Amino acid sequence: MAEFRMPSLGADMEEATLVEWKVKPGDRVKSGDIIAEVETDKGIIEIEVFEDGMVEQILVQPGEKVAVGSVLAIIRSDAKPAAPAVEASKTAETKKVSTKSTTTDEKRIRISPLARNVAADLGVDLSTVKGTGPHGAINRLDVEQAAKKKEPAKKVPPAQTTESKPQKTDFQAGMRKAIALAMSRSNREIPHYYLETRIDMTNTLRWLEEQNQKRSIKERILPAVLLIKAVARALGDVPELNGYWIDDRHQPQEAVHIGFAISLRRGGLVTPAIHNADIMGLDEIMEALRDLIMRTRAGRLRSSEMTDSTITVTSLGDLGVEKVYGVIYPPQVALAGFGKIMEQPWAENGMLGIRQVMTATLAGDHRATDGHRGAQFLDAVSHYLKETAKL
Amino acid sequence: MTNEQIKGIIFKLLGKIAPEADFDALLPDENMRKALDIDSFDFLNLFIGLNDELGVEIPESDYGRLNTLTNIVDYISERLN
Repeated sequence: MAEFRMPSLGADMEEATLVEWKVKPGDRVKSGDIIAEVETDKGIIEIEVFEDGMVEQILVQPGEKVAVGSVLAIIRSDAKPAAPAVEASKTAETKKVSTKSTTTDEKRIRISPLARNVAADLGVDLSTVKGTGPHGAINRLDVEQAAKKKEPAKKVPPAQTTESKPQKTDFQAGMRKAIALAMSRSNREIPHYYLETRIDMTNTLRWLEEQNQKRSIKERILPAVLLIKAVARALGDVPELNGYWIDDRHQPQEAVHIGFAISLRRGGLVTPAIHNADIMGLDEIMEALRDLIMRTRAGRLRSSEMTDSTITVTSLGDLGVEKVYGVIYPPQVALAGFGKIMEQPWAENGMLGIRQVMTATLAGDHRATDGHRGAQFLDAVSHYLKETAKL
Repeated sequence: MTNEQIKGIIFKLLGKIAPEADFDALLPDENMRKALDIDSFDFLNLFIGLNDELGVEIPESDYGRLNTLTNIVDYISERLN
């Protein structure tokens, strides 16, 4: 028997609200199954179970907010005999932060924050709106169309919408608080060092363009995929940067799970993991990244994607940023940042030319590694980006 | 297909790709990426959606000049009509 606890979905998470159980007592589960959904400051996260067994008891109901580490359910492991139910309930201590009344018939409404605000402004009852977004999520257009059908000329004045306003404020405040906790801890605990290098991407982009010309639009690869793969390959050469600093000890990890920073338009960011990026092909990474971005923005991430990144990669080149000096996400020990690929003067072999140049940066944890290893890492990233056949 | 219909399809796709973006406030000649805060992936998904809906394949070499609503509508219109 095992106590299935609310996982910590990042260094910055303290609590979450259980949204829905995907299983009921008596159901069999196997490792990797998604058994529940919880709502965190970073959206809805699907929680996976990591052992085979049978759900014996559910201890937290939808709508309850519980702290990280609280027991959510009892799962009888296939490997161990079952314990009496009474013992289970005795040992299962659930730290309920607060409880809001939710009936089992109540269905959760999936809705974008903007649409929620618009609904509040227009006085639209969300239970009457049919969503057309991902997974049936309600978007702003759905709300506006519902408002038109209902009462075309009459709008609820903003003064009457204060009841719904806190939801936006709560989410943004929650997200900021979560980021503040993690980043404050990072700056407090991690002695950062920074390195940067300029990389000539001219031939890399030419190669990518040639590859993409052979592909249909759905199969095209974006430059960010090359960056992720180059980092993954470089970590094979410099494994010390791939892992954690936990309990005053450097703990490099064998598996390479790249956390890719994805901004949310409603504010904040999430860094879900692309698992085993070192052994994935470029097509697989592109597909994984597309899936991850869509699910991040739709609020459909899985717990493992939130917890096991071994390094973070951030690219702000889309916005014209030339260099990124990142803050390491604890307990990781490194963050690789990439700026815009842009035409720059480039001197080589006594000649001056114009090349497509990108600046790559490394934020390293000086407790875990030194600048020398960091420099080797950036050199390896540069090498793999130029030697595209090795990606 | 009229330009208004093409625009409607673009907005429908953007509504799915970036439901939080306020594209009603988008001006025809405004840089869409900046105005809507959408990134390369969103833009690629928009082009994939246009390919699905209208059968127009947009080569990568043309991405650079498709920055505004007007540019995209005109580009699609030229290839459809």
